[in-house]
Amino acid sequence: MLKKIIFQFLALSLIFTYSAQSAESGGMPQLNPEFWISQIFWLVLTFGLLFIILSKFILPKISNNLETRKSQILENIETADKQREETEKKVKEFDKIINDTKVEAKNFFNSERQKVLDDISSKRLSLEKDIEKEIIKAEEEIDQLKKTSQEKVTKIAIETSSDLVKQLIGEDINKSSLSAIVEDLSKKEMEKHNGI
Amino acid sequence: MAANPMYQFNVYRIGPEIKINNIDISFTNASLFMVISSLAILIIFNFGTKRSIIPNKIQLLSELSYSFISKMISDTAGSKAKPYFSFIFSLFMFVLFCNMFGMIPYSFTVTSHIIVTFVLAAFIFIGVTIIGFIKHGLGYLKLFVPSGVPMVLLPLIVVIEIISYLSRPISLSVRLFANMMAGHTMMKVFGGFVVSLGIVGGWLPLGFSVALTGLEILVAFLQAYVFAILTCIYLNDALNLHH
Repeated sequence: MLKKIIFQFLALSLIFTYSAQSAESGGMPQLNPEFWISQIFWLVLTFGLLFIILSKFILPKISNNLETRKSQILENIETADKQREETEKKVKEFDKIINDTKVEAKNFFNSERQKVLDDISSKRLSLEKDIEKEIIKAEEEIDQLKKTSQEKVTKIAIETSSDLVKQLIGEDINKSSLSAIVEDLSKKEMEKHNGI
Repeated sequence: MAANPMYQFNVYRIGPEIKINNIDISFTNASLFMVISSLAILIIFNFGTKRSIIPNKIQLLSELSYSFISKMISDTAGSKAKPYFSFIFSLFMFVLFCNMFGMIPYSFTVTSHIIVTFVLAAFIFIGVTIIGFIKHGLGYLKLFVPSGVPMVLLPLIVVIEIISYLSRPISLSVRLFANMMAGHTMMKVFGGFVVSLGIVGGWLPLGFSVALTGLEILVAFLQAYVFAILTCIYLNDALNLHH
């Protein structure tokens, strides 16, 4: 089968080779002047029309397109730059506002704290004053009480001792001597009490 | 018949014979491919003129080729060559599209005909010469007298310069024509080898054919570029007389 195909191809190619060899005639068709004038005519016509249409209609459009694209790109870059500058300005403003508010808040906080502190200290001071006053008053009262109590105690002691003596002995004793004894004793007691 | 590698360059009439004053200007397959190339250029670049800030693919393509050619012109011929931009752009695109359409199998390569490339080159040559004489008057003839050459050698140098200047259209046209014709002939020859060696030995020329196709696409672009850049260099000579 394969041999048959190869053989057929060889035969076919032989035929083609013969026909190619037999067609060896003429030389270069380019040098045959039969259609030279026609070729020149059609060349001038087509190339001329091509040149005219390209130069009048198509190439100006293309160059125009390129120009507009270039200018538009430049314009866009310009606007982008401008917008970037504006953005930077806005960002700076924003930062400034934030800083200002921060400082303001700090100041406000500080002043309020100061106020509160002042308030507290003044209140404490007045309170302390009140307390001191109260203490002084109380001490005075205590002192007075002490004084009066001693006198009263001695008086009571004298009266009770004179009553006791009267009941025990049945007769009055000189009050002055009694009071002297009581005073002496109470002094001793007071000394003992006060730890002097 | 189809195996003759030169058969692909035959020009034949399509449609009726058109004659004006006994001059045959019939529509041929060469004319057909000129029209197809021009229409393709116009359609592609017309789609590329949409006004949008972010270009789509076709617009990007047309804008890239615009800036590519404009950069090429300003690099080689300076800012004075700006008025000739659209001519060089059309020239480059026409040659490029004709070369590229020629790469499609069974199509016709317009630029593989010496008469087409010669007309283009002659037009460029005449135009550049006229521009040179308009810009510099008779001072344009200083192009043939390079500065700093010893007096003894001057006659010889001037003759050489004039010959090289006059041979510009021939070299420009033959370069493009010969490149295109040689490439297409070679591809056809390798294609013929594929057929004649058959399934046994045909693989090697087939590989060559594939590689040559890639090479030919490169050559098609490169020759269009060379054609356009040489035009710019000639224009540079006419606009900025450096001697």
